[in-house]
Amino acid sequence: MYRIVRKEVLAPRIKSFLIEAPEIAAKAKPGHFVVVRLDEKGERIPLTIADYDAASGTIELVVQEVGRTTYQMGMLEAGQYIQDVVGPLGTPMHIEKVDCVVFVAGGLGVAPIYPKARRHYEIGSRVVSLIGAQNKDLLIMRDRMEKVSHEVRYSTDDGSFGHHGFVTELLKEMLDSGAKISEVVAVGPLVMMRAACRVTEPFGVKTIVSLNPIMVDGTGMCGSCRVTVGGETKFSCVDGPAFDGHKVDFGELIARQNRFLAEERLAMEHFTRGIAPEREECRCHQG
Amino acid sequence: MPSRVGRSPMPKQEPRERIRNFSEVALGYSEEDAIREASRCINCPKRPCVSGCPVEVDIPSFIGLIRDGRFAEAARKIKEKNSLPAICGRVCPQETQCEAQCTLGKKGEPVAIGALERFAADFERAHSGISLPGGLDTGGPHAGRSNMVGSCPGDGSGGLKVAVVGSGPAGLTCAADLAKMGYKVTIFESLHSAGGVLRYGIPEFRLPKAILEEEIAYVRALGVELRLNVLIGQTYSLDDLFRAGYKAIFLGTGAGLPHFLGIPGENLNGVYSANEFLTRANLMKAYLFPDYVTPIKVGRRVAVVGAGNVAMDAARVALRLGAEEVTIVYRRSRAEMPARREEVENAEEEGVRFALLTNPIRVLGDEKGWVTGLECIRMELGEPDESGRRRPVPIKGSEFIMGVDTMISAIGTDPNPLLPRLTPGLATGRHGNLVADPETGATSIPGVFAGGDIVTGSATVIAAMGAGKVAARGIDRYLRAGNAEK
Ligand SMILES: Cc1cc2nc3c(=O)[nH]c(=O)nc-3n(C[C@H](O)[C@H](O)[C@H](O)COP(=O)(O)OP(=O)(O)OC[C@H]3O[C@@H](n4cnc5c(N)ncnc54)[C@H](O)[C@@H]3O)c2cc1C
Ligand SMILES: Cc1cc2nc3c(=O)[nH]c(=O)nc-3n(C[C@H](O)[C@H](O)[C@H](O)COP(=O)(O)OP(=O)(O)OC[C@H]3O[C@@H](n4cnc5c(N)ncnc54)[C@H](O)[C@@H]3O)c2cc1C
Ligand code: SF4
Ligand code: SF4
Ligand code: FES
Repeated sequence: MYRIVRKEVLAPRIKSFLIEAPEIAAKAKPGHFVVVRLDEKGERIPLTIADYDAASGTIELVVQEVGRTTYQMGMLEAGQYIQDVVGPLGTPMHIEKVDCVVFVAGGLGVAPIYPKARRHYEIGSRVVSLIGAQNKDLLIMRDRMEKVSHEVRYSTDDGSFGHHGFVTELLKEMLDSGAKISEVVAVGPLVMMRAACRVTEPFGVKTIVSLNPIMVDGTGMCGSCRVTVGGETKFSCVDGPAFDGHKVDFGELIARQNRFLAEERLAMEHFTRGIAPEREECRCHQG
Repeated sequence: MPSRVGRSPMPKQEPRERIRNFSEVALGYSEEDAIREASRCINCPKRPCVSGCPVEVDIPSFIGLIRDGRFAEAARKIKEKNSLPAICGRVCPQETQCEAQCTLGKKGEPVAIGALERFAADFERAHSGISLPGGLDTGGPHAGRSNMVGSCPGDGSGGLKVAVVGSGPAGLTCAADLAKMGYKVTIFESLHSAGGVLRYGIPEFRLPKAILEEEIAYVRALGVELRLNVLIGQTYSLDDLFRAGYKAIFLGTGAGLPHFLGIPGENLNGVYSANEFLTRANLMKAYLFPDYVTPIKVGRRVAVVGAGNVAMDAARVALRLGAEEVTIVYRRSRAEMPARREEVENAEEEGVRFALLTNPIRVLGDEKGWVTGLECIRMELGEPDESGRRRPVPIKGSEFIMGVDTMISAIGTDPNPLLPRLTPGLATGRHGNLVADPETGATSIPGVFAGGDIVTGSATVIAAMGAGKVAARGIDRYLRAGNAEK
């Protein structure tokens, strides 16, 4: 059992959890993730280690409520427990000093990006962060990102803060203006990562993406997380989750994300019925 | 004096009933069945059956005890050699092991050794609770007679610490044996529950998880500590374990890496590895969805590629999850199917179809990325290859399309590459398997031992247990040779 030490609401439906997991905290590196199972009946879901502190033995997970399990996790409070947390998983990102690294974060992508940006900042790379979200409220971890970036630019889809438009437009602007970029790291929704790769490709700028396919074990045993990279099948949980974005078959991955759409909807309905038992059709307590 | 009485059949759930539930198919012998079957054994002086058992269970003795109605003692007799009898009695390929050597099998049907082993273990569970070796149990003439190997260096509270990685049959057996010798054993398992393939691979209807639970509880009652959610290589390296005071390490990490055929269309929606399909169903209990949260989707028509135990399990799970038609697609003929005979029969009874001498060459899909069919080619058997099996060769122009919406690839697994990849100096063989001395289990790193599927590639439960046993002895010898001070 893993204790939740602190919970913070970062934005509507985005919550940060500080979790006591000393063994994982001691080994975590930027790019690592964990697999979490909330309780006996729970699904195993992968979550990035957004921050870690070996001294206090904690890891931070930032979770966006998108369905059954993340919604249930959002209801947990400090002092409560998560049944299973395993990690650190995945291949940590290879980070060495470069002249200029540009981070492109879409929505929740900021969370996985933060430890990588911090590391680059610490070793002396110039860090530029381009952070986008649907609206101002969903721009999370701003203060932390500003501390580890030499320059931060924002965009919102609705224009409520920063550039009015997509975050990839900020990236395009930079490249068009002739900025010398050593590498781009893009993390966010698949369509956003694909768009970022399309922007950088003509400029020949190396672009790393962090993929989020559907996982089960997270240890290379099931193949649920397979993606095609450079024409080869890779298992994201052990070979990734970071890959050279120009080689990723995004179309295939986007299709694979939808494998269980109908079931996910059903699971969510079943869950909301369970937490709102006054609904008439609920017969769960009638034998 | 060969027995005239025929072998007692195993009572089973009716096929039409059982494909609608996940309860155990084989129901087990009654006491009368067991005594009748045990009475068929002629107690051969040369005990050929024992030589067919990889862990040398004293078969004639335990069968004699069953015949005399001393069921609990029979269970204890088996446990002298085999710490997981309720499991082996269910999943051992007895027909190629102990029963293949049985004298009665020469003229008629061999004694149903597996069914009797299962009966004894189930009886003990139901009646007297699980007994422990070393005098911890309540009595009986055989109580306390375990397979202790001499005295060990750390007997008692100062027992030396040994780490076991992986809680499959190899790890559980190695841990149990070391604990019985007096070592302080910790098992590290990366999943959230123990048992390895017994947990995530073999379905409930063939091995009820309640039985696995009890066998694991037995191993823990021996003093073995079980640490779940620890992925060795990541959470701790082998060096970390040595630094933490473990004097030796056993690696029983299994053959968990699924193969794919390498044909076009394999990443379409609706294509599963058998590992994914079975893990969702068994470990995650997706058959109880949505009460259990992990989803699984099985279409109306399912092709399962391969013909081993894994393929039969996947096919039978698919049926139970509601598939209308399930077909095993196999490139060789019936004679070469590697699955246990009993499981092939069970699958057939349940309505699984067999497309033999048929090889998939392409998965077809629609514009949204979902499987619509499987293109196959018919095969014929040609000249024997190096393995002596006749090699299947494609028949030109015989391609055809099988309309399916789900494909499950069950063509085998490779040793789990994670740990060797993360551990410099750990020698591996051609298929990524760990190289270990068959006599001791020793690997290329001093103090690190290995056994089970990680060494042999995908094999059997009992072979993995045998390897765990060998390594326990190897570790004991290594530590008693004074290597613990290092
Ligand atoms: C390496 C990795 C790191 C991730 N890090 C984070 C993070 O830090 N914060 C965060 O909020 N989310 C993260 N995710 C995504 C997160 O795992 C999914 O949002 C979560 O599993 C959704 O589960 P659900 O039951 O709430 O929603 P569902 O309704 O089940 O699914 C919503 C969508 O999430 C995806 N999904 C569903 N099940 C899984 C699964 N088992 N594994 C992966 N994706 C799934 C699917 O695309 C699905 O359409 C990460 C994913 C990966 C692979
Ligand atoms: C579907 C299926 C059906 C089968 N049916 C039969 C049958 O009927 N009869 C039979 O005899 N055999 C059968 N087998 C084969 C048999 O199950 C295996 O040969 C046996 O389980 C191997 O045991 P093992 O202990 O070597 O490995 P496994 O059972 O694979 O256990 C390995 C364990 O190690 C864990 N692990 C891996 N890496 C790490 C790590 N780095 N850190 C921590 N833990 C780790 C894994 O999570 C797993 O729990 C079947 C196999 C499958 C897949
Ligand atoms: S353990 Fe397996 S091989 Fe040995 S006697 Fe029992 S069923 Fe036969
Ligand atoms: S070989 Fe068969 S008949 Fe002979 S002792 Fe063994 S089980 Fe009994
Ligand atoms: S999640 Fe199972 S192999 Fe990657």
